[in-house]
Amino acid sequence: MAATAPAPMPSAGSPRLYHLAGTLLRYAPVAVLFIVWDLLGRTGLISRQMLPDLADIFSAFTTMLLSGDLLYNSARSISRAATGLGLAVVIGIGAGLLMASFRPVRLIVNPIVQLFYPMPKSALIPVVMIWLGLGDSSKILLIFLGCLLPVVVGTYNGAKGVNPFLLWSAASLGASRAQVMREVVLPAAMPDILNGCRTALAFSFILMVSSEFVIATDGVGYMISSLGDGGLYPAMFAAIFFVAAIGFAADRLYAALVRRLLRWREA
Amino acid sequence: MTMSHVGPATKGAAPAPAPRRHIAPRTVDTLVQVSVIVALAAFWEFGARFGALNPFLLPPLSTVLVRLWTDLLSGVVLVDLGLTLYRALSGFLIAALIGIPLGIVMSRSKAVRWFFDPLISVGFPMPKIAFLPIFILWFDIYDTSKIIMVAFSCFFPIVAATYAGTTALDKWPIWSARSFGAREHEILWEVHLPMALPQILTGLQVALPVGMITTVVTEMLMGGRGIGGAMITAGRFADSVGVFAGIVEVIILGFVVVKSLEYLRARLLIWHPETRR
Repeated sequence: MAATAPAPMPSAGSPRLYHLAGTLLRYAPVAVLFIVWDLLGRTGLISRQMLPDLADIFSAFTTMLLSGDLLYNSARSISRAATGLGLAVVIGIGAGLLMASFRPVRLIVNPIVQLFYPMPKSALIPVVMIWLGLGDSSKILLIFLGCLLPVVVGTYNGAKGVNPFLLWSAASLGASRAQVMREVVLPAAMPDILNGCRTALAFSFILMVSSEFVIATDGVGYMISSLGDGGLYPAMFAAIFFVAAIGFAADRLYAALVRRLLRWREA
Repeated sequence: MTMSHVGPATKGAAPAPAPRRHIAPRTVDTLVQVSVIVALAAFWEFGARFGALNPFLLPPLSTVLVRLWTDLLSGVVLVDLGLTLYRALSGFLIAALIGIPLGIVMSRSKAVRWFFDPLISVGFPMPKIAFLPIFILWFDIYDTSKIIMVAFSCFFPIVAATYAGTTALDKWPIWSARSFGAREHEILWEVHLPMALPQILTGLQVALPVGMITTVVTEMLMGGRGIGGAMITAGRFADSVGVFAGIVEVIILGFVVVKSLEYLRARLLIWHPETRR
């Protein structure tokens, strides 16, 4: 095992070092996994074809990183995912709030949501392919459609679940409808909205990668599948781990954002 | 018999023309919502038929339904639906059979928790579908790799929800069970699991749609029939009627599967306050 510093010793160093050692120790099982990987390859139990050498993967990774391939394709993918997700968040929150405040809107939108919510959204890939071809817009539309419903449902549930006493007291203090919406409903529904957006974030990554597997000429999904088709497995593993890391980082960033936005909630 | 509770069954039989001014708001809601669906279908049908929508981009609903009907009679639809359902559900069940026990063991054993907690917190937010080429490399392109891919993507929500559900338990019921002389395994089955059940079911409800999405994508990429395979073939041949027939199938499948799990939840949690609403 690597030198992980004597972690449990109190006052062994600055608290920052202590914290770092704790984090390292916490993620040690991930390292264990990679050691097992290495051993399986080294002993020849599993062929190198199936489980490439970690050093090869790393060198393939640096090559792709330096040539700019990885960053270019990631930027293409992320720009599509971000556009689709951004549109879904804005329109979804709006639609959810409208549904919660106006009964006619609710009656009209609800059956559509009920019908399409359980549908596996990846089935729309051939549809957007027919509608918009193979370019960016088809993938953006797919991601938008896939992310929309979780946001709508989260917002609607949040806005519907607002304690009516809060609404009544705001109204009795003379707040207008718009003010009640902005100052009471939106903050009170925020936890549910953010939950819906988190689901949407996960969906956006799934749909981004899978649509690029099926139809694309660039982007990380395309990169992974073309590397795999070409038999360049170390590079393929490197690209996959990179995508996984982006997904992980996006989720962590989002969690940090949520903590900031919900600071006012119980300590 | 007064007509106090107007249920869905009381519409026929033409009762006396007594107080008709008051229809239960629920009935109105249902009527409006059904008519929205009907209006949508009519818009689809006539919009495509009268040229408001390009019939290639959106073929008329009736054409799609006719295609669905012929495919149903020839058995193609049933084979595709069956294959997709089989792959999605086997992956989902494998994930549940591994994920739920692992989540429980994690909440009870420190060593297991130490090992799996970071792996799951790293794996949970990753886009699992990106690992598909690895599974193709390892397990070939047939059902095995599809089912393993589905199980892999369903596993993380299930184990995370089970772990969260069995960890943050109220101490009092456990203490009182203990004071009544319950053994550890009895406490597990009679106290821990029922208390964690709502969260476990929520985990399953998160995992199932993800599993369906994954199934459809694996079928699109690897072929081997199934709805995803049929749809992508139709798409590649610019057979838009086939694509939309697939969409109708997928909507029905998703609806049935998700609603069944909701029904199961209501049955299993019949004792729980959440059901009594």
